[in-house]
Amino acid sequence: MNGASHKPVIIKSIFAAIVMFLFAIFVLPPLYDLFCEITGIGGKTSGPYQAERLTVDETRLVEVQFVVANNATMPWEFYPVKEKVFIHPGEPKEISYYAKNLTGKDMIGQAIPNILPNNAADYFHKTECFCFNNQPLSAGDDAELMVRFIIDPDLPKSVNTVTLSYTIFDITDRVTDLQMTQL
Amino acid sequence: MAHGPSENFFTRWFFSTNHKDIGTLYLWFSFAMFLLGGAFAMIIRAELFQPGMQLIKPEFFNQMTTMHGLVMVFGAIMPAFVGLANWLIPMMIGAPDMALPRMNNLSFWILPFAFTILVATLFMEGGGPNFGWTFYAPLSTTYAPDTVNYFIFGVHLMGASSIMGSINIIATVMNMRAPGMTYMKMPLFVWTWLITAFLLVAVMPVLAGAVTMMLMDINFGTSFFDAAGGGDPVLFQHVFWFFGHPEVYIIILPAFGVVSQIIPTFSRKPLFGYSSMVYATAAIAFLSFIVWAHHMFTVGMPIAGELYFMYATMLIAVPTGVKVFNWITTMYKGALTFETPMLFCIAFVILFTFGGFTGMMLSIAAADTQYHDTYFVVAHFHYVMVAGAVFSGTAAIYYWLPKWCGRMYDETMGKVQFWLAFIAFNITFMPQHFLGLAGMPRRYSDYGLQFADWNMVSSIGAFMYGGAQLLFLFNVIRTIGWGKPVEDPKVWEGADGLEWTLPTPPPFHTFSTPPVVK
Repeated sequence: MNGASHKPVIIKSIFAAIVMFLFAIFVLPPLYDLFCEITGIGGKTSGPYQAERLTVDETRLVEVQFVVANNATMPWEFYPVKEKVFIHPGEPKEISYYAKNLTGKDMIGQAIPNILPNNAADYFHKTECFCFNNQPLSAGDDAELMVRFIIDPDLPKSVNTVTLSYTIFDITDRVTDLQMTQL
Repeated sequence: MAHGPSENFFTRWFFSTNHKDIGTLYLWFSFAMFLLGGAFAMIIRAELFQPGMQLIKPEFFNQMTTMHGLVMVFGAIMPAFVGLANWLIPMMIGAPDMALPRMNNLSFWILPFAFTILVATLFMEGGGPNFGWTFYAPLSTTYAPDTVNYFIFGVHLMGASSIMGSINIIATVMNMRAPGMTYMKMPLFVWTWLITAFLLVAVMPVLAGAVTMMLMDINFGTSFFDAAGGGDPVLFQHVFWFFGHPEVYIIILPAFGVVSQIIPTFSRKPLFGYSSMVYATAAIAFLSFIVWAHHMFTVGMPIAGELYFMYATMLIAVPTGVKVFNWITTMYKGALTFETPMLFCIAFVILFTFGGFTGMMLSIAAADTQYHDTYFVVAHFHYVMVAGAVFSGTAAIYYWLPKWCGRMYDETMGKVQFWLAFIAFNITFMPQHFLGLAGMPRRYSDYGLQFADWNMVSSIGAFMYGGAQLLFLFNVIRTIGWGKPVEDPKVWEGADGLEWTLPTPPPFHTFSTPPVVK
């Protein structure tokens, strides 16, 4: 026994444990998001795109497919008006979705986008999208929801088909009462 | 300092600050949990004895698989090795007790409460946790039974207990070694536990963080793992396995330590390559932090990620191979005898290596696409967890129990138990490789008819293995109560180390004056 005080060891160990706990909650999730954003592997699209004039690449025609899914408990009718379009990279395009609240109560939905293949996510620019906000629908109401997008002409040559998928979630219980009164 | 333990049963065991008594408490608690987790396994294997639903409902089956995993990992294996650490580390490094005896008491007495909370959920409305021991979100958040909050609280308590236990071990090993006991003279069991304790301090808080995020998602409206609010369920898997992979080494490193103590004794040779063992342990501990996503090859990772995690995982075979070769070389040209602890250790080396090879197969990302979530994975981790950790734990009890209580176990009964366990273990888990390769998925309460034969074989093996544990329990109780007295401090002819210089059985307080290590 070298008679050393245990205090420094205890303090350092507890400090390390607390740091790791905070690391798990406050560092890992943002780090994960950042990693996915940089590499584009999550298939997540980025926020509103500032439109710049892109040269339209007339030589390529890309097929863009639209698929939707309702999350488990979401009772809305939700589908794309057109299931696919063919566009040239660089050419702005507007498409729309139809949503109808089939229930008898006011609800708020939130559509979460995803792009396949993953390496196309960075080249799918949305200038306007209903998914940037949540989508309130009163009981029985319906709405046409609009997306404006441009495919970047730098889209990898190997990609000829891009699939934009939306999953719509019921977030009525999550949003504050304030937002409900604005409905 | 000649006073012994308190005469009063309650004060002795509930207020104990003595490392030997707390070690005993840990070991008995872990054995009780081992039997409980084993009972859950028996229910699982009884249901899987034949195709179709015979005995229990699928919902209950899911609770059984989940609870079996949780109880065995957190209740049986981890506390068993903490118990061994409590008993042995002070005696091995020449310290009078653990560095923080009162915290030692607290870290043990948290456990019975944590597991009471966890097991009580089985009797509550909605049933216990049913989402697998890996509790992936959203199965464990959006779709979990209401009792999930008890599960979360239980995991928090276990984590707190483990962290306290490891801080205690770190403080003991760093500050309380006898004069002359340098780091590179420490017995390997102490080394492996020191490294394990660092791993625990690093990753148990991550587990606590993961369940805390679950708690907030369930009750406080955050969306860490919920895509509806911008979260990502895959994040849960990353956080979980960032804890989970080091966790499997937390389980196996002390087992390596035990084997590295026992094999030299019965080979009557010093351990071959002591320093390479230490460095290999440290290397494994380091690598465990950078390979977690090999549990998630099918989650949809980019090719670069799959390749990285595949190669990094394969790298672990190098330090592990160093260890296996060192054990074999220790036995090479030794004067071997095959007492029960040695038999368990030799079986450990063979079966753990086998489990390591199936691990190598699983590390191949492309092959894992087929093996993922099949019984092949179940077979793999039972080869490393049962034939690894449980066999070495059993070996440790047979090896040190005569020292602790001054009475010899029944060698014949020990050998019978070994052969029963060894054969039954292989009957149980070897066929699960075949089932997995043939495509039987894990965690289901029923299966296709083509899997019927091997499942029946596996179930028969499991019942035999369960029976072998009852023999073990009987042998231990018989030894403590009626075993033949042992007087020799060394107990084993080839034993080496400070704990064997103490009288047998060791007095309640030992090394009040530190020994001098040359």
